[in-house]
Amino acid sequence: MANGIIERAAKLTPAPFARKIKGLSDRAIAWIFITPTIIILLAVNIFPLIWTIWLSFTNFKANRPNADVKWIGLRNYERILTDSDIWLTMQATAHFLIWTLVLQVLIGFALAWLINQKFKGNDLWTTIIVLPMMLSPAVVGNFWTFLYQPQIGLFNYVFAFLTQSDPTSFSMIGDVALAPWSIVIVDTWMWTPFVMLICLAGLRSIPDYIYEAAECDRASKWRQFWTITVPMVLPFLMLAVLFRGIENFKMFDLVVQLTGGGPGSTTELTSINLKREAFEKWRTGYSSAYAIILFVTVFGLASIYVKALNKVKER
Amino acid sequence: MSAFFRDLLRFRRGPWEMLASIIIALGVFMLMQPFSLFGYTYSFIITLVGTVMFLIVSHFPE
Repeated sequence: MANGIIERAAKLTPAPFARKIKGLSDRAIAWIFITPTIIILLAVNIFPLIWTIWLSFTNFKANRPNADVKWIGLRNYERILTDSDIWLTMQATAHFLIWTLVLQVLIGFALAWLINQKFKGNDLWTTIIVLPMMLSPAVVGNFWTFLYQPQIGLFNYVFAFLTQSDPTSFSMIGDVALAPWSIVIVDTWMWTPFVMLICLAGLRSIPDYIYEAAECDRASKWRQFWTITVPMVLPFLMLAVLFRGIENFKMFDLVVQLTGGGPGSTTELTSINLKREAFEKWRTGYSSAYAIILFVTVFGLASIYVKALNKVKER
Repeated sequence: MSAFFRDLLRFRRGPWEMLASIIIALGVFMLMQPFSLFGYTYSFIITLVGTVMFLIVSHFPE
């Protein structure tokens, strides 16, 4: 079948062209095949990066494309790295990143462990738990703003019922102290199932005979958990943390929909701040420098993390 | 400990990667810590040095 197609294609190739490509080496043919991909990669990934690096050293403003573009050296970087407002934005991002990762890993692993215990209807429970992950962040942000309403919100009523307090006495989104926690709760609610699924894959990949051997050696359940389950799920867990860490570092849609960066700028994460600088204040050169700082940070962290992941896999 | 410094002098990948990782981690911590604006100001250059160093030393022999 395949040979027939090849023969037909060879017959249909115009004779002058066929003569030309007959003399090409395998290496040259390989280059012909991969050149379009390389060109697209350069145009889509590499060129914008180099362009952004160049812009970060200029005073370019995208809303004034005809204005003179001046080379201002490291001034954009100096301004960003001495700006206490951006420093606060970095702290808000760190708070969001650390707490979402901690909660998602703990709850995700616990849920995966529970789902992995064979019980009646665990497929149904898996589907129910995974549902939040399938929703659009815009939808999630919208309905959680209703849940967080002090007057009519279900969240306030449940919390007040459990703590025997007045439901209208606090506002998750409007309070400076509670707003950073409100975005942590929603992101954890939405993305814990993702961590759970990855952990579940890890748990299901552990062969039963390892536990059986441990039983024969009279290892307790606690010891089996720390010496078999945790080490064998660790690479999966680290992969989940890498994915969620990078995603949460650039978190935008959910938080914009939920709090819009407020109250004040308490929940203004770096990506929201960057968007304001780039597309509301139109400081393109400045925001390019900002983007490069974030890029280097994520790239550096991901490098260490991938190295650690490879070490864990080698064990 | 002495093996670490010996491999460092012999330009081996392991200890150099470790050193680059520590520098990156320090830079990221300085970027996001709430204690010192001075630390925040110098965080990027430290992260950048660590990241470039990591890219170079990951090509050293094992």
